[in-house]
Amino acid sequence: MASKTLAGKTVEVDGEGFLLNPEDWTEEMAKELAREVGISELTDRHWRVVNFMRQDFNEKGQIPTIRRMKNAGGIPTKELYELFPDGPAKKAAKISGLGKPQGCV
Amino acid sequence: MAEDKIKKVSIIISKGSLDGIYPGLIMANGARMEGIEVNLFFTFFGLEAIMKKRMDKIKVATVANPAIHIPSLLGILPGMSAFATSKMKKEMDKIDIPPIPEFVEMVHDAGAKLWACKATVDMFHLTMDDFCEQTEDIINVGKFYEISAGGQIIFT
Repeated sequence: MASKTLAGKTVEVDGEGFLLNPEDWTEEMAKELAREVGISELTDRHWRVVNFMRQDFNEKGQIPTIRRMKNAGGIPTKELYELFPDGPAKKAAKISGLGKPQGCV
Repeated sequence: MAEDKIKKVSIIISKGSLDGIYPGLIMANGARMEGIEVNLFFTFFGLEAIMKKRMDKIKVATVANPAIHIPSLLGILPGMSAFATSKMKKEMDKIDIPPIPEFVEMVHDAGAKLWACKATVDMFHLTMDDFCEQTEDIINVGKFYEISAGGQIIFT
């Protein structure tokens, strides 16, 4: 377990920099986490994904899968891959302050 | 470590049962989720996974499949395969594994390319019209190796 400073606040993260406590997350942190995964600017389309992920996580207690983002969140899979290239589930979860997704799909 | 990362895979799906098709699709989807380039090659009975009229009718084999824990003599009863298939589909849906047609669309939208095997297409007298819209093209083995260059090849 490690800690690091994001947007002026010290938070606990895992070995890959995923927040351990989703409640630590702020929107300012999301911008810094996005830069970590190579996304320089979060657009409204990115925020739609982040907001859905956090809302769904709060309701279900689970990080939504790509399929759930498509079917329940109305986010087309193609768009998800465009917004978060080379690893949408992991990147979006990281930016959203959620842990690393553990599922296979 | 960085150089060891797999960058490209080709996955061959050669079987037409539910349990023959899913592992390849899950591995293809999982590869795309890691940013790995994916080519999916459907051959022999595996072609059913991308055939418009067949892809939503894929079943699990209840005969000659000891791990399903149904004696083969019972497995031949009418409706047995459909029963086992529907039970399995329900469990998969719970963990968000989609039905095959939706899964094929998903891996395609995720950026995987889907190819149909020419030898099988010729053998079964099929044409591009028989395949779902996500199918890139019908290709021969030589072309398969060409598009697989520089990557790993997985046969399922």
